[in-house]
Amino acid sequence: MSMSQYLVPGLVPTGPKIVTSRFEQADGYTYDGYVRSGGYVALRKAVSSMTPEQVHGEVKTSAMQGRGGAGFPAGTKWGFLPPTVFPRYLVINGDESEPGTYKDRMLMELDPHQLIEGIVIACFAFNANHAFLYVRGEMAFAQERLAQAVNDAYANGLVGKHVCGTDFSCDITLTWGAGAYIVGEETALIESLEGNRGMPRLKPPFFPASKGLYMQPTIVNNVETLSNLPWIINQGGQAFHDEGAPTSTGMRMFAVSGHLNTPGVFEVPNGTTTFRMLIEAPEYCGGVRHGRKVKAFIPGGASAMWFYEEHLDLPLDKPTVDKAGSMLGSGAIVVMDETTDMVKACWRIVRFFARESCGKCTPCREGTTWLERILKRIIDGHGRQDDLDLLLDVSDNISPGLAWPPRQTTICPLGPSAVSPIASAVMRFRPEFEHYIQHGRPIDGVEWHGASLHV
Amino acid sequence: MSDTDTEATVPAPVPKTTVSITVDGKPHEANPGQLVIDACEDAGVFVPRFCHHPRMAPVGMCRQCLVEVQGPRGPMMVVSCMTVVSADQAVLTDTPTVKKAQEGVLEFLLANHPLDCPVCDKGGECPLQDQAFSHGPGESRYVEAKRNYEKPIPISDLVFLDRERCILCDRCTRFAKEVAGDPLIHFTSRGNDTQVQTFPGDPFSSYFSGNTVQICPVGALTAKPYRFKARPWDLDQTRSTCTTCAVGCQTVVQSSRDELLRYQGHDDDDVNWGWLCDKGRFGFESPNSDQRLTDPLVVAHGSLSTTTWNAALDAATKLIKKAIADGGPTKLAVIGGARLANEDATAWARLAKRVIGTPHVDAQLGDGLPVELLGLPRASITEACSASTLVLLGPDLKEELPVLYLRIRDAAEKRTIRLIEISPTQTGLSKYAYTSIRSAPGEQAGAVRQLLIDEAEQLAKGQVVVVAGRSNLAESPTFTMDALATLQAGVTGLKVLPALRRGNIVGAIQAGLTPGDGGRDTAGILRDAAAGHIGCLVLLGADPLSDFPDYELARQGLAGAGSIIAIDTFLTSSSAMATVVLPAAGYGERAGSTTNIEGRVLPLTQKVNPKGVSRPDWMIARDLSDRLGGDLGIESLDDAHDLYMALVAALAPSSMPLSNSSSLPPTRGGYDLRLVVGHNLYDEGVALRTSPSLSELSRGAHARLHPIDAGRLGAINGTRVRITARSGRTLTIPVFADDAVPQGLVAVAANQRDQISDLIDIHAVTNDVKVDLA
Repeated sequence: MSMSQYLVPGLVPTGPKIVTSRFEQADGYTYDGYVRSGGYVALRKAVSSMTPEQVHGEVKTSAMQGRGGAGFPAGTKWGFLPPTVFPRYLVINGDESEPGTYKDRMLMELDPHQLIEGIVIACFAFNANHAFLYVRGEMAFAQERLAQAVNDAYANGLVGKHVCGTDFSCDITLTWGAGAYIVGEETALIESLEGNRGMPRLKPPFFPASKGLYMQPTIVNNVETLSNLPWIINQGGQAFHDEGAPTSTGMRMFAVSGHLNTPGVFEVPNGTTTFRMLIEAPEYCGGVRHGRKVKAFIPGGASAMWFYEEHLDLPLDKPTVDKAGSMLGSGAIVVMDETTDMVKACWRIVRFFARESCGKCTPCREGTTWLERILKRIIDGHGRQDDLDLLLDVSDNISPGLAWPPRQTTICPLGPSAVSPIASAVMRFRPEFEHYIQHGRPIDGVEWHGASLHV
Repeated sequence: MSDTDTEATVPAPVPKTTVSITVDGKPHEANPGQLVIDACEDAGVFVPRFCHHPRMAPVGMCRQCLVEVQGPRGPMMVVSCMTVVSADQAVLTDTPTVKKAQEGVLEFLLANHPLDCPVCDKGGECPLQDQAFSHGPGESRYVEAKRNYEKPIPISDLVFLDRERCILCDRCTRFAKEVAGDPLIHFTSRGNDTQVQTFPGDPFSSYFSGNTVQICPVGALTAKPYRFKARPWDLDQTRSTCTTCAVGCQTVVQSSRDELLRYQGHDDDDVNWGWLCDKGRFGFESPNSDQRLTDPLVVAHGSLSTTTWNAALDAATKLIKKAIADGGPTKLAVIGGARLANEDATAWARLAKRVIGTPHVDAQLGDGLPVELLGLPRASITEACSASTLVLLGPDLKEELPVLYLRIRDAAEKRTIRLIEISPTQTGLSKYAYTSIRSAPGEQAGAVRQLLIDEAEQLAKGQVVVVAGRSNLAESPTFTMDALATLQAGVTGLKVLPALRRGNIVGAIQAGLTPGDGGRDTAGILRDAAAGHIGCLVLLGADPLSDFPDYELARQGLAGAGSIIAIDTFLTSSSAMATVVLPAAGYGERAGSTTNIEGRVLPLTQKVNPKGVSRPDWMIARDLSDRLGGDLGIESLDDAHDLYMALVAALAPSSMPLSNSSSLPPTRGGYDLRLVVGHNLYDEGVALRTSPSLSELSRGAHARLHPIDAGRLGAINGTRVRITARSGRTLTIPVFADDAVPQGLVAVAANQRDQISDLIDIHAVTNDVKVDLA
């Protein structure tokens, strides 16, 4: 039984609600509701009283890191566009499918106009006249609300020809995915947008900023990243920069799930909030179920290396987490309590990646399936003595050196993503694997039949 | 002068045209823009690979070619097939990291690959097998069940796919999409279940499907004609040239136990880039056919029967002498010769024109263009594919000269040329054209005049090349020549790439198998023969009954000829009417050379022995010459070759403008549909008929009409219609609505099971027909 340091409400740092301000507003998703609560003010301000350079400047000042996973500063990314090549495109990555991540879905369902406003502001900032919003296939509700919102925005002259009556025009094309995780990878998303199979392109040479959609310069931004823009334009980049930590600015959404009392999506000050606060504070997840201990947690989506108890007090700060050997990724935190069967947890994640491998490059296509099969036979009680070495060596052939950040023999990071849980679990919980191999069952004290929230 | 002198004293630094890199520590000069994998190979270091193919865009899929490149933060692992060389790059191909990665990838590739090498056609020439030995880990640790699929499934009439063997390198699928432009195969499913498949109900019926078999790095794709015929180590091979059409694709001819077993494309920068069409690739079945003529035949007791060469040559000599005795040498005529090698054609031209002395010689069967075409400044295929404007004034190249189609398609798709097409119907290249103009038979010259106005700016921009050939057998060749003359007059420096289709037609023409002074062309010869003016007709590998556009004239000509001597590889319907049939050696059975449409003289190599007692055509000519008491001046193949090369050397491009007859098409007068007759790749030609794998591929004659014309008839697809010519002759065939055919035209393929040549009058400038429901 651990005693939480944050049992009493009010002990955690707070900040303004930047992107989740309308989550409680019943009609926040409608055009009227959005405008009533201060919507589209930023867009009018940007297109009528600012230059594209000024808008870009505010975003640079904010030092906002991209919220999609890589955490690259958005303003810097926009600067990679070759200055004289047109047309250029904005592609919005709404294919949120990392296991444990569900923040973008909330933004698209509950505040679609905020995203649309952000899209048009971004297009204005780097002179793009066409944006492609790619929404994950399974998110039917988000698609429905976005479609309505885009229609309303067109009808009110906020998207399309002459945005807000100015010379600037910007179209938004909606595209629904067909249910492939890999399409969340930006080059695979571009392939899918072009009507091809969602398979990643090799970078280099196909960096989207120079050779992206239809081989034109393309910026691919995450939904949450763009949803921040209206606030940044309204309040100024400096105001954004003043929130959170200097190395991870602003507020940021985290989707927390797993063995918790009150899991959910929370917008917290970036870089200053710690994992422990998020997990234990009554404002957030309210602690681990039944007061149990944290055995391990995934700090940034299924692709990330696992963290353990000793990492709980790390702040949600990109450089800090990177240095500790994992990543904040897409802001998905999955908590596993002490009754979790780590072998099975590892297998579950590897199975996900094996099934979602696109099949393009050999190490991922063959390797992830092979890893999954080895883990499965260990769980089924058919493990072999040298299986752990084999697991690690096959992993090494996908991600040489099992280093962090991962090196890869593959085209995209999906292959190495399947290696993260193995590298984590085998290194930390090797005796659990060995017990399985020797006895054909898990160690005592873990849930044999897998975990459900309420045991 | 003094200025240049001072400059000359300071030697200007020679601009560096190479990129200095090191490969495993050894310095190497690479070409700018070259891929690391190729630079390594040039430097003598082979990097293993599966998906990389020099003629296709890199995809970096198989990951076998991983190497390390020294970067700012230490060595970085990259795929060498997608990394371009850069100055001072240090490439490492044999570090422990690289070795481990390469062995790892090979182990992954073998994880699901069945070990059925002993029964696999690819075993022995398999890149996977070879590289598993050279770069593999030796043993696999994979003990799980492998992927299971139904063993080979046919994906077309010619190609089988074994998905268990497939390593998903994307070579065949990339070929289909990028090179052939027939994206009929693709990946389906994903992850470990990814497989290559056709779309449901839509087979991989590309004319180029055989190439996927050749470039498959494993035994996943096999070709029906070669499956289980031989093991690679039993094959003996030699370089040669394909003579199925006149493109001159470079091939490797492979045989075992004196039987031709396979043709492979040879990568040649100038001509075919390693590709072949299926008709050429699988045509090896024809020389092997048991229908081949193996012995000389002479008519005895009313039917052809086997005899000896001496008896047959004596009989032939007697026929020739009789014809000469009856009315002089002009009583003799020779049709054909495009099947022959340059040397054979030279010998036969000398026999006919010098020894016998007749001018009535023609290698073209009324389906080509006047020989002035070959006198124009000639473009090579590469020049055509790098011109600023390429005008197509000829047949559907996809059907008639398929590999030329691939080259032009590639250039048009990569936007290195602008393609302007003038043709009666849409062709395989229409969708790649910058402008595609429909001109009804007889209206080509008008279309060119309009083009010279509409595209004046484009045509004034750099080199213009015209691909000129016969787009319609049912019209006078004058129209195409007039259009060509108009184009020549309007464009400076026009170069021509002839699109004549018959195997060695260019060689035959250059060797002299063309009408001499006062000589008649094939149509004239047949007309004379029909009128009883030809005492002896020599068919030099010609089958006018199938190939001549006007069947009725061919029939009357052959019936009216005093006697017929046929030199052929098969007994065709025409040679069956001969008094003497002399068996000629077939493809791969004789040496020599052939000349392609560019005028390039390319080698033909003997790989197997001639069937039966058949002999090369030049030897037959020499023996006949001896018996006729003449002197051919040819004692060996080399003599013939030297004579041919001397003829070629004497050729000079004509600077004379083409004459323009300004012919106008006649009005249609009640016969409201104008006939367009072109070739389909798969027809009833003797080489196809005698290749079992290909013989079923011809669709049979069918009429194609614009949907509105078809609708007016009340016809749906497949309805049988009766086509009536002015002569009153009719042909009943199925009709299909096709918007590739403009209104007012009816398109029918030549030389199919129902012969459209029944309806064509070769002397009519256009052939107009009526079509009604049968």
